[in-house]
Amino acid sequence: MMTMTRIPTVLSNYQEDDSAEPRACGRNCLGKCCLPVSKLPLYSFKGDANPRNSSAGTDEPPPDFFLNNLLLGQWEDRMSRGLFRYDVTACETNVIPGGCGFIAQLNEGRRLKKRPTEFRIDRVLQPFDPAKFNFTKVGQEEVLFCFGAGKDRKARFLESATVGEENSSNVVAINVSPIEYGHVLLIPRVSDCLPQQIDPNSFLLALRMAVEAGSPYFRLGYNSLGAFATINHLHFQAYFLSMPFPVERASTQRIPVAKGLCQSGVNISRLLNYPVRGLVYEGGNSLRDLSDVVSKSCMCLQDNNIPFNVLISDSGWRIFLFPQCYAEKQALGEVSQELLDTQVNPAVWEISGHMVLKRKKDFEEATEQYALRLLAEVSLSKARFEEVKAYIFDAIELAESVKEKMEPKKKKETLFQSSALATHHHLVEGCLVLQ
Amino acid sequence: MLAVLTAPAIGRRADSTSLSPLTSLTELMDPSLRLPVEQSLAARYSEWVAEALDEIQGCFLITDPDIAGHPIVFASRGFLAMSGYSLEEVLGRNGRIFQGAATDRQSVMEIREAIREERTLQISLLNYRKDGTPHWILFHLFPVFGVEDGRVAHFVAVQVPIPRRSRCLRSLAENRHEGGTGRFLVACRNEFRSDYKLGCNPVVELFVDVDNRGLEAEESRHATEQEKEKACDAANSILSTLAHYSKLTGRVISDKRRSEAGISAINSSLVISLGRIKQSFVLTDIQLPQMPIVYASDEFLNLTGYSRHEVLGRECWFLNGPDTDADVLHQIRQSIQAEHSCTVRLLNYRKDRSSFWNLFHISPVRNASGKIAFYVSVQMDENAKSNEHGLSPHMRQLGVVGAVKVAVRSLSMCAGPSRR
Repeated sequence: MMTMTRIPTVLSNYQEDDSAEPRACGRNCLGKCCLPVSKLPLYSFKGDANPRNSSAGTDEPPPDFFLNNLLLGQWEDRMSRGLFRYDVTACETNVIPGGCGFIAQLNEGRRLKKRPTEFRIDRVLQPFDPAKFNFTKVGQEEVLFCFGAGKDRKARFLESATVGEENSSNVVAINVSPIEYGHVLLIPRVSDCLPQQIDPNSFLLALRMAVEAGSPYFRLGYNSLGAFATINHLHFQAYFLSMPFPVERASTQRIPVAKGLCQSGVNISRLLNYPVRGLVYEGGNSLRDLSDVVSKSCMCLQDNNIPFNVLISDSGWRIFLFPQCYAEKQALGEVSQELLDTQVNPAVWEISGHMVLKRKKDFEEATEQYALRLLAEVSLSKARFEEVKAYIFDAIELAESVKEKMEPKKKKETLFQSSALATHHHLVEGCLVLQ
Repeated sequence: MLAVLTAPAIGRRADSTSLSPLTSLTELMDPSLRLPVEQSLAARYSEWVAEALDEIQGCFLITDPDIAGHPIVFASRGFLAMSGYSLEEVLGRNGRIFQGAATDRQSVMEIREAIREERTLQISLLNYRKDGTPHWILFHLFPVFGVEDGRVAHFVAVQVPIPRRSRCLRSLAENRHEGGTGRFLVACRNEFRSDYKLGCNPVVELFVDVDNRGLEAEESRHATEQEKEKACDAANSILSTLAHYSKLTGRVISDKRRSEAGISAINSSLVISLGRIKQSFVLTDIQLPQMPIVYASDEFLNLTGYSRHEVLGRECWFLNGPDTDADVLHQIRQSIQAEHSCTVRLLNYRKDRSSFWNLFHISPVRNASGKIAFYVSVQMDENAKSNEHGLSPHMRQLGVVGAVKVAVRSLSMCAGPSRR
């Protein structure tokens, strides 16, 4: 066990300042006391194996229903009811100049509370502790809707449905200190009080949400304990930002597998030319296949006590996995004070390239270099990453092929600016053999 | 093919030999789009442009970002022949229908971003024909700008097929390398569609792979200089044709955006995003003194009976009339002053002077600087019957507000902190 110095870390934004008192019930919370007899809006998606294959039927909610009307509309409603700590759209945001496209935001409302963390930061797997803050203590007004698989072949929305006893509900709740418009939390089986750990069903649910939203700009993210998760109660975050993240633009190199072992149809690549080393999962014969390969990989990291972050991108078509080590470096005093002063804890959004800065000076002086330096501290070293990759491949029963080396994907032929059309030379007629 | 800021590519297939991506989509063009799509070219380039475009060799599509869904408004005969689709199957659809399971997602993203940033892009891409067979193309996209308003009038997408390259005898002995960059490239001046017609150099032995799975396993396929030239040639021909015919209507276009045209409050990527919101709403620009309408959805035009050019640039109070409650109007004005949102019910009038009860919601919308840039107002005819899918009218209005807020905020981000 690592000796831990007291490090200020972001605490739950839901926490009241000093109260440790569990709220008395009758408060309409999300615990077993209230939830089963409550009525909440419910969106149930089609129970089919290949949601990316199908299109909506005519009497089903139209394709933009889920995201636009339901999630954003409900979010806007909570804004008008004053449930957020600040108006995130009043926070200035821009793209940091430079080739990578890092996105910076000045958000003074998302302050750090300088207190010790509620749980150890050196263990990725820790049991749920009901005495600590968790989402059952959140009021139902913060819930936008319940989300789960429906029994039939059609997606449905019910404005008010009894939650019921039989299956614990998956809820989508607002994040009261949002980092972008539409910032929500997906909490699988809230009253079952699952600790912050990936399991196959929960991951599939998160992936499903990305698919239902149907927009490449609605992404889900996950932070493990030790990788800046703030609450030890299973949750994914999601929000909407209509720009590509730097990590989504980074080139990748497919990791060739020895033939015959990849029946799931999932392709795994490594990130190239990106400050944080990571794996990219794509494809899959079905959504479940993709989900299972990723969740197995995460569980392998959990079992080996390696903190990590996951980004679900491109409507569930691409998933990024980042093992990280920033917290460990912090504890060992290896991070420069300058970086520490910006108080940015590199969780999944920061790693993906979205930096929320709390001081005006940091925002105005934000450079691509700062972002690259911060993220370089997060990444595993090359050697360590290869080691970790080997654990993962072992766990998912893949063997990297050593024979073939696949070429890194070149993204474009040439990048034209608009004047390129004007002139070109006439090509010599006839056969050409180019060597 | 062209991707919009919307849903992912269709067509995940259990195995690589299954059917065409279109088998799961049986609907053709959305009927409400038929007229705008058919008129899109003629309105700017006159009725004669279609014939002139038909004479240009090559495979290309023209799309209109101002119509909801960013649909195809023209497809060349070469394109239809190459892809196997008929004109009716392609008009009014979005270019993503030509993507499939093995289309590289990053390339799709590149195209999306080029559209958003209104710039030219040349990229190789795996597309699918109507019969489901995949094929590689060099995809060359460029915008065409209206000279007067500086906005994108159309996007043109030229496509040049990239055939599989032949291999030298020697490299047959090596393991098959699926990167698509063989050591020897053979180009022939004859047009060819299949890999069989090469052979100008008798030393080279052909190695043809017709296995679809092999094709899809290729991560990329690079175009030759000749193919790139071909794309540029076609692009130039199309551009000069469009430029020429645009003079007939006076709505002249150019391949460059004229800088004096001024940055319009609404760029085309915002228009594309807003076009996805299928409800009646308008955006007014509060940075201009008379608060003109800078965007109106199709549903607004249907509801009120006005055409788009009758509405854009007009101040936002024109739906009011003799029996509209003055107190309610006052309430709206006060909310605007206070920078709050407001929901009211008021009597409004259509172009034909018929009246309707409008469930009206207005809200300030901030851009990336954090300051208010627009107001969005959402209209709902109290008596209109529609399938709400369980959502109350107010919730549906808020859905519009949310979608608009996200679009405006994200799409107004630019490099560097603002100094305002």
